[in-house]
Amino acid sequence: MSQAPEVSRAVVTPMRVVIGLCLVAPFVAMLWVGSYAKTDPAFIGIPFFYWYQMAWVLISTALTMIAYKLWQRDQRARSAAKGGASE
Amino acid sequence: MKDGVNGVALAVFIFFFLAVTVMGFLAARWRKAENEHSLDEWGLGGRSFGTWITWFLLGGDLYTAYTFVAVPAAIYAAGAAGFFAVPYTILVYPLIFTFLPRLWSVSHKHGYVTTSDFVRGRFGSKGLSLAVALTGILATMPYIALQLVGIQAVLDVMGIGGGENTNWFIKDLPLLIAFGVLAAYTYSSGLRAPALIAFVKDTLIYIVIAVAIIYIPIKLGGFDDIFAKAGDAFSQTNPATGAPRGALTPPETGQWTYATLALGSALALFMYPHSITATLSSKSREVIRRNTTILPLYSLMLGLLALLGFMAIAAGIKVQNGQLAIPQLFETMFPDWFAGVAFAAIGIGALVPAAIMSIAAANLFTRNIYKDFIKPDATPEQETKVSKLVSLLVKVGALAFVLTMDKTVAINFQLLGGIWILQTFPALVGGLFTRWFHRWALLAGWAVGMIYGTVAAYGVASPTQKHFGGSSKEIPGIGEIGYIGLTAFVMNIVVTVVLTFVLKAVKAPEGIDETKPEDYTADAGDPGVQVELPPATAGTSH
Repeated sequence: MSQAPEVSRAVVTPMRVVIGLCLVAPFVAMLWVGSYAKTDPAFIGIPFFYWYQMAWVLISTALTMIAYKLWQRDQRARSAAKGGASE
Repeated sequence: MKDGVNGVALAVFIFFFLAVTVMGFLAARWRKAENEHSLDEWGLGGRSFGTWITWFLLGGDLYTAYTFVAVPAAIYAAGAAGFFAVPYTILVYPLIFTFLPRLWSVSHKHGYVTTSDFVRGRFGSKGLSLAVALTGILATMPYIALQLVGIQAVLDVMGIGGGENTNWFIKDLPLLIAFGVLAAYTYSSGLRAPALIAFVKDTLIYIVIAVAIIYIPIKLGGFDDIFAKAGDAFSQTNPATGAPRGALTPPETGQWTYATLALGSALALFMYPHSITATLSSKSREVIRRNTTILPLYSLMLGLLALLGFMAIAAGIKVQNGQLAIPQLFETMFPDWFAGVAFAAIGIGALVPAAIMSIAAANLFTRNIYKDFIKPDATPEQETKVSKLVSLLVKVGALAFVLTMDKTVAINFQLLGGIWILQTFPALVGGLFTRWFHRWALLAGWAVGMIYGTVAAYGVASPTQKHFGGSSKEIPGIGEIGYIGLTAFVMNIVVTVVLTFVLKAVKAPEGIDETKPEDYTADAGDPGVQVELPPATAGTSH
């Protein structure tokens, strides 16, 4: 990896934008209460308001996991680019 | 409520209680280190916990017995408004993903045990550090008291809380015993005790929730029936307010409240000392990031638990004190032995956070009041001794609080505690990313937030209370009803930013920053991170 070109990496990269979006999305979804303050459609008898928010537990978990994986890749790429084979 | 003592449930409860007591004392020998007389060992479990232990510890710490009782109780009382706990815990994890690893790194590098340690190191200001420490202790005390309220609810339903005319000593004896035992093993084993007990607590809780969420709806005729009955109950007019009791979805006017409560609470959660104590006990930066991806399992459980509030309504549970709704539901629906398991889950669920909270408050006192202001040359042994004693004092204080004062006082203070602790956010999280804020501006912003929050909360009336009747109030300038803590937080930031400009313009002394940019990304194994760890006095040499 040491012959990787010595480019000074930008602070804002596409990957970091994606990471940011993954982390911001739950805030937009959950704070926009008007988008889910209704009872229909119900799921196995549970009103929309409740199952939708519980579904977001899973969605935000998946998004945080993606952010975590991307961040690991980002950090590895950076330390490799620095020439330090610290892995 | 069934009369008399529920013998089978009580026997099961006592069995689990004895089991965790034994574990609590044995925990002292678990992963024992050579140098046990340091605050790193007693107060942070040797900073050695891996992903799973940290997961159990944090889960056991954040999702307290009071949460288990209070969240469904809020749903039982008013419906949708109580469900904000779910978006709140959803938002916590993406949030801490961004700043907690930085706090871990800098704390490991400099041997910080508390958030105040970091604030002092970063801004070179003992005053600001003291403000953060005092806020933390003040916010934690009523939280510990509320854990007792959780145990009391369970004891009451089992029939050993005593009646109105029982002698107070007999009435409170079970609680005194439970807390005496808790105090003893926290004293001897430190953070290792709750870490080990958390395994039992969470396993029990998960089993109880899984059974409850399947078994109770089957007995009640499915979720359709449950929500239909709950909807009927909420549309009844409450004679005290003249308005409907609640709703299945928040009305237009309640949406700001819902969102600001969720956001404000999410911002506040990891300002609490006990959250940070559990975080700093983990052994690497990765453990924390990984935990932000697996901790939401608890949020799912919390959501399911909240639904129990609707089931309590559908099952026709009628209690004056909403806190008793869920224990009562368990006793009515489950066979006696399983009700005992459920009660044990709540009871033990109170012990774990109570232990961690008292350790966290004790660490704050020792590091940021005792060592900074009373005895600067304290050795690690002395620090540990003081911390152990203070952890006892804190618990005795919480006990006195619950036994002598009305329960609503503890609840009011906990509400205030949430508002207060949020005011330490700019110094802590701001400090983790930038040194731009001026220390005096942060202190002034904190003071403004504290004062506004306290005064505003004092002025909220409810049908049953003249003061501290709730946590939301009209937001000045917007006109919507929102969470007071978040309003105070915004004021806090505005004051901090404006004063920072002013203080920089007049060149007020900035204080010495003992941290370096690379400290915030250091991980275990990096040069300096492991080496500088013990003794716990590192980083306080000035």
